[in-house]
Amino acid sequence: MAHIQLKNITKKFGNHTALKGLDLEIADGEFFVLLGETGAGKTTTLRLIAGLETPTEGQIFIDGVDVGTWGAAERDVALVLQQYSLYPRYTVRQNLEFPLKSKIRRIEPKEIEERVARAAKTLRIEHLLERKTDRLSGGEMQRVSIGRAIVRQPRVFLMDEPLSALDAKLREALRTELKNLQMNLGETFLFVTHDQIEAMSMGDKIGVLNNGYLVQTGTPNEIYNNPLNTFVARSVGSPPMNLLDGKLSGGRAIVAPMRFELPYAGATKAGAPGEDRPLIFGIRPEDIYLEPGAPVEAQVHDVENHGVEKILTLRVGDETVRATVPARTEVALEESVRFAWNPEKVVLFDQTSGVSLRHAG
Amino acid sequence: MAAVRTSGEVALNRVAIVAVLLITLIFLAPIYWITATAFKPRNLATTIPPTVVFTPEISPFVKLFTKRSQLREAPSPEEYEAAPWWERLIFDGGEKVVRSGRGEVQLSGYPDRFMNSLIVAITSTVLAVGMGTFTAYGFSRFKVKGEGDLLFFILSTRMLPPVVVAIPMFLMYRAVGLNDTHWGLIILYTAFNLSFSVWLMKGFMDEIPKEYEEAALVDGYTRMQAFFKVVLPEAATGIAATAVFCFITAWNEYAFALIMTNRRAQTAPPFIPSQVGSGLPDWTVIAAGTFLFLLPVAIFTFLLRNHLLRGMSFGAIRK
Ligand SMILES: Nc1ncnc2c1ncn2[C@@H]1O[C@H](COP(=O)(O)OP(=O)(O)O)[C@@H](O)[C@H]1O
Ligand SMILES: [Mg+2]
Repeated sequence: MAHIQLKNITKKFGNHTALKGLDLEIADGEFFVLLGETGAGKTTTLRLIAGLETPTEGQIFIDGVDVGTWGAAERDVALVLQQYSLYPRYTVRQNLEFPLKSKIRRIEPKEIEERVARAAKTLRIEHLLERKTDRLSGGEMQRVSIGRAIVRQPRVFLMDEPLSALDAKLREALRTELKNLQMNLGETFLFVTHDQIEAMSMGDKIGVLNNGYLVQTGTPNEIYNNPLNTFVARSVGSPPMNLLDGKLSGGRAIVAPMRFELPYAGATKAGAPGEDRPLIFGIRPEDIYLEPGAPVEAQVHDVENHGVEKILTLRVGDETVRATVPARTEVALEESVRFAWNPEKVVLFDQTSGVSLRHAG
Repeated sequence: MAAVRTSGEVALNRVAIVAVLLITLIFLAPIYWITATAFKPRNLATTIPPTVVFTPEISPFVKLFTKRSQLREAPSPEEYEAAPWWERLIFDGGEKVVRSGRGEVQLSGYPDRFMNSLIVAITSTVLAVGMGTFTAYGFSRFKVKGEGDLLFFILSTRMLPPVVVAIPMFLMYRAVGLNDTHWGLIILYTAFNLSFSVWLMKGFMDEIPKEYEEAALVDGYTRMQAFFKVVLPEAATGIAATAVFCFITAWNEYAFALIMTNRRAQTAPPFIPSQVGSGLPDWTVIAAGTFLFLLPVAIFTFLLRNHLLRGMSFGAIRK
C-alpha cells in the first residue's frame, strides 16, 4: 500500500510534450482511474511512476519519498500491460515465480510456492499453472498478468489498459473481478483506460487526461454530474451529454439556432449568472423526457433499443438531441414528439472557453 | 480445413513442386559428386563417361590422413603380408605410406588444418555473434547519438571486396607478429562478420517487444539480468541464424587464409587444393578432404534448422 503523488510533471519526447504540468495525488488504498484517449499521455504517466522513463520536470513521491533517482526495480511497483507482459517461453507457474525469484527479494522457495498457489487460487488459474503462456486465451493471459502483479505484494499496482484487448463479455467479467480484487487486497491501484465505462464503474476517483493535461479529477459522480468543461462532459456517459449552443434570457434557456425555449432552474429574480454571454447548455440524455404537451416539438430521427431503455435521436431543425427513455416508450421513426428537460440538471458552459460556470466560480 | 482450390492453383502448385525439385537437384549434384568421388578407387575418379556404379572404398580417407609417396615397384609379398589392412589399400593403389625413422606412420597435415579451421571459425563466430548481439541490443533499445550514421559506418566495412586490403593487412600482420597465428585469422574473420552480425541482430532485437524487459525491470531485475533472462532466449532464433551465416563465412574463407597463414595456423581451405600439386593429382583424396570439410557446416546447420527456418523469415511470423 502506498500513497502516490506527482508534482508538476512535464515529460517531453524530443520537441513533443506528452505531459504538461501534471499534478496528481492517489490516496492509500484508492482505485484511481486515469481516463483519456489514445495519445493523451496515460502510458507515459504509468511509465514515469514505474521508473521506466524519467520526467523532464517535476517530482514523483511514493509514500512521501521523492523516488526521482530510483530505478524501476527499487520502486517496488507492479505493472500490468495490455499485452506482452508474459514471457512466451515460460509456463504460467514460471511467469508467476519470475518476480519472486529476483535477487533483490530473496524469498524462500517454499514461500514462493505458497504465494503462487495463493495468487492462482484468487484468480482461478490453478488449472493453468503448468501450461505455456502462448497456449492461453486472452482472458487467461490477463489473469496471469494480474497474478504476476499480486504475487509480489507491491506498493502500487499500475495497470495499462489491461482489459482493452479482450472481448466485451470477458471485459465486463474481469472488470468486476478486478474491482473486487482491489477491495479485498486494499491496495493502491492506478488503472489507465480509454473506456469511460471502465472508469465510471471501477474508479474511486477518476482523472480525465486530455492531450497531456489533467483536466479534472474527482469521484465518478462529480465527473459525471459536474464536468469541469465540455471535454469532460463529452468524455463520460453513453450516449454523451447533449451540448447545445444558446443563451439565457429572463431565466429561460434559449437554444440557438432553433430558438426553442426551456426553463432554467439556476435563475434568480436578479437574473442568472451568464446572461451576458453565449453559452453551451449541457444536459444528459436521461434528463430529457418525452411528454405530450411538453414545450419543444421534435422528430424521431433514430431509435436504438438497449433492452432496459431506448436511446432516441431527436431532430429539432438542425440540432439533434439524444434522449434516454424507458423501453416501454412506443415511438416510430419520423414521428412527432414533444420533449422537455429537467431544469435542475442543466450545466452551463461558457461558449468560448468551454469551462463550466460552476467551476469558473 | 481443406481450402478450396481451383484447377489453376493446382497446376501452379505442381509447377512449383517440379521447380523446387529441379533446383534442389542442381544444388545437390556437386555434393553428390564430391561424396561419390571421396569413396571411389583412384582409377575410377576421372573416367569418361563418369562411373556411377562402383564399390565404395575408404582408401581416399586413409590417404588423406597419411603422408605417402609413389611406389617404384610393387611391395614384396612379406611386406604386403605384414601391412595392416588400411596400408594394403594404399599398396593396391600403387603407393606407400611414409614412416618416420622409428617406423611410425606419419600423419598428413590435414587433421591439424581441420582443427585450425574449427578453432578459427568457432572462436570468430562466437566473438562476432556475441559482440553483434550486444551492439544490436544497444542500438535497438537506447537512444544513440547519430545512430543512423554509426550503423551505416559499421556496414561500410563491407562495401569493398575484402581482398583489396589483403596486402596492407599482410604487412601489418607481419609487423605485429600476427602472421600465421590463430588469433590473426580470428580477428580478421570477426571483423568481417561483425557488421553483418550487428545488422542482422538489430533486426531481430527490434522484433522483441521491449515490454518483456521492462516487465522484468519492474519485477526487480537489473537490465543485465533482464537481458540474459528475457531478451537472450527471445533472440535465440536470430542468434542461431546469424551464427550459421558467420560460421559459414569464416569456415569457407580462402583468400586471407592463403595469404596470412602457411603452416601453424593454416586452415583447411588453402590446404586442400595444395594437395593437387604433389605428384599426379589424386582427385579422390581431394574429394575426401572436401567431403569431411563439408560435414561441420552440414551438422551445425542441421542442428539449428528449426531456428533457421523461423529466422529466415526475419521475425515476420511473430504475431
Ligand atoms: N518513447 C516515445 N518517444 C516519442 N514520443 C512518445 C514516446 N512515448 C510516447 N510518446 C508520445 O507521447 C504521447 C503520449 O503517449 P502515451 O502516453 O503512450 O499515450 P496513451 O497511453 O494515453 O495512448 C503520444 O503523442 C505519443 O506519441
Ligand atoms: Mg497507452
